[in-house]
Amino acid sequence: MNHLPQAWGRPRDEVYGAYDHSHFQNAGPNQHTQQPIVTGTSVIAAKFKDGVVIAADNLASYGSLARFTDVKRLRKFNSEVVVGFGGDVSDMQYLDRLLNSLDIRENYSSTDTPLNAKNLHTYLAKVMYKRRSDFNPLWNHLLIAGLDGESKPFLASADLLGTTFSAPTLATGFGAHLAQPILRRTLPDEASVANVNKEDAVKLIKECMKVLFYRDARSLDKYSIAIITKEGVELKENEKLENQSWAFAETIRGYGTQVN
Amino acid sequence: MTSIGTGYDLSNSVFSPDGRNFQVEYAVKAVESGGTAIGIRCKDGVVLALEKLITSKLLKPEANKRIATVDRNMGVVSSGLLPDGRHFVSRARDEAASWRQMYKGPIPTSALANRMGSYVQAYTLYSSVRPFGVTAIVGGWDAEVEVPVDGQVGSGPNTGSGGKKDGAKHGGPFLYMIEPSGLYWGYYGAATGKGRQIAKSELEKLNLADGELSLEEGVKEAARIIYVAHDDNKDKEFELEMTWISSLTGPTKGRHEEVPKELREEAETLAKKSLDDDKMDE
Repeated sequence: MNHLPQAWGRPRDEVYGAYDHSHFQNAGPNQHTQQPIVTGTSVIAAKFKDGVVIAADNLASYGSLARFTDVKRLRKFNSEVVVGFGGDVSDMQYLDRLLNSLDIRENYSSTDTPLNAKNLHTYLAKVMYKRRSDFNPLWNHLLIAGLDGESKPFLASADLLGTTFSAPTLATGFGAHLAQPILRRTLPDEASVANVNKEDAVKLIKECMKVLFYRDARSLDKYSIAIITKEGVELKENEKLENQSWAFAETIRGYGTQVN
Repeated sequence: MTSIGTGYDLSNSVFSPDGRNFQVEYAVKAVESGGTAIGIRCKDGVVLALEKLITSKLLKPEANKRIATVDRNMGVVSSGLLPDGRHFVSRARDEAASWRQMYKGPIPTSALANRMGSYVQAYTLYSSVRPFGVTAIVGGWDAEVEVPVDGQVGSGPNTGSGGKKDGAKHGGPFLYMIEPSGLYWGYYGAATGKGRQIAKSELEKLNLADGELSLEEGVKEAARIIYVAHDDNKDKEFELEMTWISSLTGPTKGRHEEVPKELREEAETLAKKSLDDDKMDE
């Protein structure tokens, strides 16, 4: 019998050979996130004279598989800020919990003014930049929509590199290519925001969601839309695309089943 | 106290021969000189109220709030040494945050009371520390409906396994009081501080165990009780501080908030009126 206690309960060396300790350690380098796994596609948003409209579909893809079809990618922070998340869904959940704990700490004092969209954008951009500087990025592209300190419409983005950008209309992912040009037809510059009312902005965003569903293979016809104004946040999480017309599909040549 | 001065009161964690811990009893004395604090567990919420004694005319009115929020759905009011109360609240917030880290949801009021009870009790065990000089009242509303897990993105499958028990009752209003010894009980109505005797007898008259008192009535009763328990001869001025937590369908939507100024002032007017009426009778 082996009298050394550290050998008790372990495979006997004379039967199985010496234990290979390389199984017990990770000799390789520390690896951080190299790629997103479960992903959400585009988030699109547009300012209008009294606020901001933001939308994202309810799909979380696993590669090309449409894996989860009821995922809420617009997160309400408080009565004047909504954050839209594109990219990795688990990183979105981490950020959601982070924002939740931030909100709890902010509400310990009832006298302070609540965090506005501008504050939150600054905070999130710093979180994203810190993580990319650690070579451990949060694989998301965020749109922060709401009101700034002067209750004026605010819209800005922060991405996995910590890059920030602000414009009257913004779109992440495929939306940056497909929706942004359409949005800019109506809202080419900051001055044009004053001429767009809520109904127009909602119509514009819905139109863009439809175009994205036509052409983005990682998208869904179910989506969430939020309208942020001084009156608060109006968040609808179970919208369906209306009046789709696939007639244009017939005219597309060059791939698919047609011969010429 | 026959054993006073016999040396058994000099160190924490030392019993006297007749089985008492004098340091804890002295801590209770510190609480007994603090402004009155009460909590009422109503049918549809919890009210916390405090007689905040004005120690200086140079203090800004209605600033320096003493009733603190823990997480979103709980409030803590304490009587006794102010800094001890602040530390108690700080620890309670840490406990609530660490619960969230672990379980991805809000801490139940009972669990917070349990953890804080254990924490306060630990300060009666060691000679290097002294017991808390506060008695704290913890009020909370645990969600009556199922709340999503923190970070939850979807609703999961509509059919299949993972069924819930029908008709099971969840959540509701909760009220606990934690004493310097670490002792804590759940209460229908709790009172501590200077005016606790008067406040307790007033609370008993409300028949809180019946579960009939509404939150709005509770606010008015709380204001009245603080006014009744206030001793005009010893303390001239005080401020009434009141917070409440309602059900998810009520005025605060399950959150711990200050009672709105209009309602508080209305309750104070009624309280003063009822005091004057009582004087007329005499």
